[in-house]
Amino acid sequence: MTEHILRMSGITKTFPGVKALQDVNLSVRRGEIHAICGENGAGKSTLMKVLSGVYPHGEYEGEITFEGKRCEFSGIRDSEHAGIVIIHQELALSPQLSIAENIFLGNERAKRGLIDWNRTNYEADELMKRVGLRENPTTPISDIGVGKQQLVEIAKALSKEVKLLILDEPTAALNDDDSAHLLDLLRGLRDEGITCVIISHKLNEVIAIADAVTIIRDGRTIETLEMASGQVTEDRIISGMVGRALDNRFPPHEPTIGEEALRIEDWTVYSPSQPDRKVVDGASLTLRRGEIVGLAGLMGAGRTELAMSVFGRTYGVHISGKIFKDGKPVEIRNVQDAIKYGIAYATEDRKRYGLNLIEDIKRNISAAGLKGLAKRGWVNEHEEYRVAEQFHKSMNIKAPSVDAVVGKLSGGNQQKVVLSKWILTEPDVLILDEPTRGIDVGAKYEIYTIINRLADQGKAVLVISSELPELLGLCDRIYTLSEGRITGEVPRQEATQERLMYLMTKGQE
Amino acid sequence: MTTLTLGRTSVPAKYLPVLVTGCLFVAMFLVGGIRYEGFATGQIILNVFIDNGFLLVVAVGMTFVILTGGIDLSVGSVVALSTMISASLMAGPGWPPYLVVPLVLLIGSGLGLVMGYIIHAFDIQPFIVTLAGMFLARGLCYTIGTDSIPIEDPTFTAFAQTRIDLFADMWISPSVVIALVVVGVAAYVLHYTRFGRAVYATGGSEQSALLMGLPVARTKVTVYTISGFCSALGGVLLSFYMLSGYGLHAVGMELDAIAAVVIGGTLLTGGTGFLLGTVLGVLVLGLIQTIISFEGTLSSWWTKIFIGLLLFVFILLQRLFSARTRR
Repeated sequence: MTEHILRMSGITKTFPGVKALQDVNLSVRRGEIHAICGENGAGKSTLMKVLSGVYPHGEYEGEITFEGKRCEFSGIRDSEHAGIVIIHQELALSPQLSIAENIFLGNERAKRGLIDWNRTNYEADELMKRVGLRENPTTPISDIGVGKQQLVEIAKALSKEVKLLILDEPTAALNDDDSAHLLDLLRGLRDEGITCVIISHKLNEVIAIADAVTIIRDGRTIETLEMASGQVTEDRIISGMVGRALDNRFPPHEPTIGEEALRIEDWTVYSPSQPDRKVVDGASLTLRRGEIVGLAGLMGAGRTELAMSVFGRTYGVHISGKIFKDGKPVEIRNVQDAIKYGIAYATEDRKRYGLNLIEDIKRNISAAGLKGLAKRGWVNEHEEYRVAEQFHKSMNIKAPSVDAVVGKLSGGNQQKVVLSKWILTEPDVLILDEPTRGIDVGAKYEIYTIINRLADQGKAVLVISSELPELLGLCDRIYTLSEGRITGEVPRQEATQERLMYLMTKGQE
Repeated sequence: MTTLTLGRTSVPAKYLPVLVTGCLFVAMFLVGGIRYEGFATGQIILNVFIDNGFLLVVAVGMTFVILTGGIDLSVGSVVALSTMISASLMAGPGWPPYLVVPLVLLIGSGLGLVMGYIIHAFDIQPFIVTLAGMFLARGLCYTIGTDSIPIEDPTFTAFAQTRIDLFADMWISPSVVIALVVVGVAAYVLHYTRFGRAVYATGGSEQSALLMGLPVARTKVTVYTISGFCSALGGVLLSFYMLSGYGLHAVGMELDAIAAVVIGGTLLTGGTGFLLGTVLGVLVLGLIQTIISFEGTLSSWWTKIFIGLLLFVFILLQRLFSARTRR
């Protein structure tokens, strides 16, 4: 049990401007299940990409030893050849092809250049038995659920004679039954001698299955815990994952909290791709004027899904629940309705969904509030220019003029354009999804100041963020979301990173 | 805008394709003027307008569609159908033009509306829907008649043959005036209305346009309706020019229109482009034809060769731009 199948030492990976990984060490013993835990953005996925050759040798510093040999992978093919297979959170299957075709994709069972279908289907059937998948090998992938697709991915890995299987958030998209089945399967694979590395946010699963846990925080290895001792609890892992000091990166703010602005009751949303899976489950929350409310949750908890379904049903199917604006029930069927009722939503993916990158600043700012700048359909361009110029100054958007193309601005300045756009619609409620993602520290401070100013103007602000220190520094009250449910509501005075992380990882009993 | 040190400041980059097309047009005109006697006159340019007024109108409609990131392959067939309906109604039952023309415009807009609605409601690629529309409209021409139908209505022919005299012996046809009015109105709508903004925003990023609360669905249906209307109007102008209706009129015109729009600097993926560019695109195409005819010995197929080469150059140019702006 003491032989190490994998050793990664001193791994450092730098992206322009950011050190994603800094001197990370990871040792995995042969035949164990090794979990990697850390907050969103701690560097878990980056580390796995280094290991699987997505970032080829030379793009990172440090050393990888696998099966006693030093490895210099130049791509995924190399690492797979060595016996390392990674299964990403977004499954890489071709939906129109059959299960058997997917299992042997790129690795076809062929005879003199022609595919031997009998052998393909026979061998696929054998592999499917090993992972406990009872389906016809010729069934198209799109006809089976995500849980079974996950099994196909594992079968595919087995077909490549995998020695080290890496799973990135394998149960994030699965329901409880499928998760339990998957964990059983992993135990079975361990008994067959296949080593597993699993990245997971679900700490109860980690405790249940892992033999060792490595904790990563801010791109560094913090510690590796042995589970055999039986001493390791969820709280113990959480204190390793957080445990970061709050410095004064936040402008001081004294809130004046007023009337209730928005109340959401018993909000339930189903996934559009798997209509039997609840993404948001009976969530209720209240936002008051002048208050900054945080929404904390790990990746896949349903934060964005909750926000977008409220914002004119832009996500999800079979949405149920009630929305009250200023105490009165309202029906919001589309984005226009949401804007009419004074709700604004700034998306987490501003490049794809928040901005028209090939257009200039002024037209991006005016896009959502064009109604106020136009009379009978005709846009008042002088007014548009004046308004844009006003935001250019008040938001301190760093650009030569409002004619500059948005795609060329820095992340912080793009975010200011997004905020300007929504402020122009004169909203009462602003939902800001990851408002500081990909923004440097100085610009973050400016964004926080803007958020405080908006609250002081009597607007209700809901901030969704993966960074707990940000929520603690900015918000007056914080809700936690876990697996689609609101698991807690913590006022600022009582909020600590440990408390929030505990609530965020609280599974369903 | 006069400097060509581009990419440094963002504003000129947006106008660069139009600028390049404009320069190309001027250069072609100068070369023609040096090579051929009697080329460098104002009337040559006006003739390009006179001979291509219908294409200009069709290309305006196409510009709307391409700006949203779509495509309309049905325009050539709708042009032919419009000439056919006009000619047959005037020749057969002897309807007066002031009834026939509005009817034709209505039919064209209706076809566009239906295609736009199908594209939006069933979320089908515009390419396929308008391809179907192209076959449908072309086929409908032959249900009216397989031969060319001459137009002999006196009001219609009189209007078609009117010469509007300008200064210095130069003249234009009424079709040119109509085409220029269409260009003017379209440019105004694109740049000064909420609808115009929605067109650009939809082409720039449909997802973010949706999340900004812009009426994406209505915009998409409307641009195909506009394109249908422009095709029908183009058909009316073509019947002024040809004085006949024929199922084989305007074969491949959809491709000329797309070429003009692209040469005019509009991105095929939508979101950027100007109507002025489209006008220049049509003029460049027309001027190529004129030069070929001045050359005399060259076959008219050389027009196609030059258009092909030009398209290559412009698409490569656009590729370079979008690669730079996406960064």
